[in-house]
Amino acid sequence: MTTDLGIWAVPLAVLGGALRVSTPFLFVSLGECVTEKSGRINLGLEGTLVFGAMAGYGGSLLTGSPWLGVLIAGLAGVLFGLMHGAVCSLPRVNDIAVGIAMMLLGTGVAFFFGKPLIQPAAPMLPAISFGGWSDVPQLRAALEVSPLFLIGILVAVLLAFMFKRTRLGLIIRMVGDSADAARAMGYPILPVRIGATAFGGFMAGVAGAYLSLYYPGSWNEHISSGQGLIAVALVIFARWNPIACFGAALLFGGAGALGPALQSVGVTSGYYLFYAAPYILTLVILFFTSSRNRALDGAPRELSITK
Amino acid sequence: MTMLPLNRRRFLMAGAALGASPLLMRVSPAAAASLTAGFIYVGPRDDFGYNQSHAEGAAAIKDMAGLTITEEENVAESDAVVKTMESMIQLDGASLLFPTSFGYYKPFVVDTAKQYPDVEFRHCGGLWTPKDPKNAGSYFGYIGTAQYICGIVAGHMTKSKRLGFVAAKPIPQVLMNINAYTLGARSVDPSIKTQVIFTGDWAMPVKEAEAVNALVDQGADVLTCHVDSPKVFVQTATGRGAFVSGYHTSQAPLAPQKYLTGAEWHWATVYKMFAEKALAGQPLPNFVRGGLAEDFVKISPYGPAVTEAARKQADAVKAEVMKGGYAVIKGPLKDNKGNTVVAAGKAYPETAIELETMDYLVEGVIGSTS
Repeated sequence: MTTDLGIWAVPLAVLGGALRVSTPFLFVSLGECVTEKSGRINLGLEGTLVFGAMAGYGGSLLTGSPWLGVLIAGLAGVLFGLMHGAVCSLPRVNDIAVGIAMMLLGTGVAFFFGKPLIQPAAPMLPAISFGGWSDVPQLRAALEVSPLFLIGILVAVLLAFMFKRTRLGLIIRMVGDSADAARAMGYPILPVRIGATAFGGFMAGVAGAYLSLYYPGSWNEHISSGQGLIAVALVIFARWNPIACFGAALLFGGAGALGPALQSVGVTSGYYLFYAAPYILTLVILFFTSSRNRALDGAPRELSITK
Repeated sequence: MTMLPLNRRRFLMAGAALGASPLLMRVSPAAAASLTAGFIYVGPRDDFGYNQSHAEGAAAIKDMAGLTITEEENVAESDAVVKTMESMIQLDGASLLFPTSFGYYKPFVVDTAKQYPDVEFRHCGGLWTPKDPKNAGSYFGYIGTAQYICGIVAGHMTKSKRLGFVAAKPIPQVLMNINAYTLGARSVDPSIKTQVIFTGDWAMPVKEAEAVNALVDQGADVLTCHVDSPKVFVQTATGRGAFVSGYHTSQAPLAPQKYLTGAEWHWATVYKMFAEKALAGQPLPNFVRGGLAEDFVKISPYGPAVTEAARKQADAVKAEVMKGGYAVIKGPLKDNKGNTVVAAGKAYPETAIELETMDYLVEGVIGSTS
């Protein structure tokens, strides 16, 4: 039934893990990338992610269509994004503080409405198989890819193109880099920021639906384990570049699979250390890519952390 | 400004009234021979796991005459549990509390028990010693023996001779389950090996799913787990085509075809005993334990895939266990590094105190305790 892979199981598990685990990171970080490019930080995406997981699961259960569930999760995320965007548009409101409040609100409301959803089983999102050419069942299993992952790649490319080549991208960047310049050019600042935050909320909601409807594919109150927060940090790690966000998400997904994979081939001691691999890797990369001259490259100048 | 003194006075009066109300409330239970019991869970009570097993126990006694139950879930193993206990005592008039999570005990349950000497505390986890307050106590079940029987079923059902075990942390109770499960399987076929993956915490759904994938990739075809909520575990494992053995409570509804059997808690026995004694005004025991024979734990009904031979052997061992004194851990026994951990001729029945400091994995387990 299965082929003995020996040590090859580790790279295979890392590949499989990268494809399975990275999608929520990818969606949240792409959304947050747009939000931050417009000059706001939304730390509440962790709450939006958990709420999206609940709303997606509930939507799929009620409508019988997982894709409608994804849409409902995204729209719920839009509501959270709009709320964050609107509250932060009031004078002297700190976006980080609002984000933390939204994080607690999102998780709390999700737990409240999610109670009756823990037991029933909702229809799941389908997988696309890319491993049909291989005889190795493990490889076939690793190459089961969610359509959402492919959509995520597409969105990353589109966003990169948008920021570089389109008027819309230019406006978002200008609002995020210099509010004064945008004002002088006559572009509305608040609507752009609220719209960018709503987009970030949509993406985080969809990421939540991926968690509850594809992998690990169930709604419970521990579903996220902080992935929304890590994804926000990934944006900074990826220097506000959508393509780099994709790379960072893959890196985190793959490194997260390292711990279980090493234990499964018999490297059994030190697993707590291997579980820290994604974070150690981040520190190492940050250390080697840091530069005194380019410290703020790509950073939107209007962000409350860079201002 | 003239309103302010009045408001403050009203506020104080309201506060005093609130403060006095528990005194009034606590009179009534004794007078009417009724009892309020409080259940505190560390996670959601319908999680297909540990907390659900306790909530099922609470549900089993909720209709007893004269008994009211109150529950709170998602209470952290921190100061939060003290607040929950105090509110159950003061606002709900609870005189019997069941804080069900291991980490509640010290210092939270012990300190609160000292503070409320007329309230009874019974904690799940088996930590009470005679030095602790007399109105506290603990109860626990010997589920290792049930895992041994599940291991026998797994031993019959595996084709690859490789079992998978997704575990949270290498603490004695978890190690006991892994060892018992492995010994059960190896009593069927000594060539069977159990691969363990520790996830590092009680509830890590993504890591549990990754662990299941890694185990199946390595050829494991019967999987079990010791995590708080096995829902993700069962769904991922059966999605990859493996058989599963459940834990805490029955996960058969999640995978009717692939669910073999499982080691379940049966807390209703314990809660019924405590509630009956408390209602009758009898003193409650401080230290309560039991296994299969005492009906503290049970084994899920066999799934449709379980073969006749497997049922027969598992039932035979179960019958032996029901007689009492059955020892799963007995010498000669080696750990997976080749050291002898139990000398020949020595046997530890499930009640043996030596098993509670278990720090080894037996021969046949692929894994490490650190």
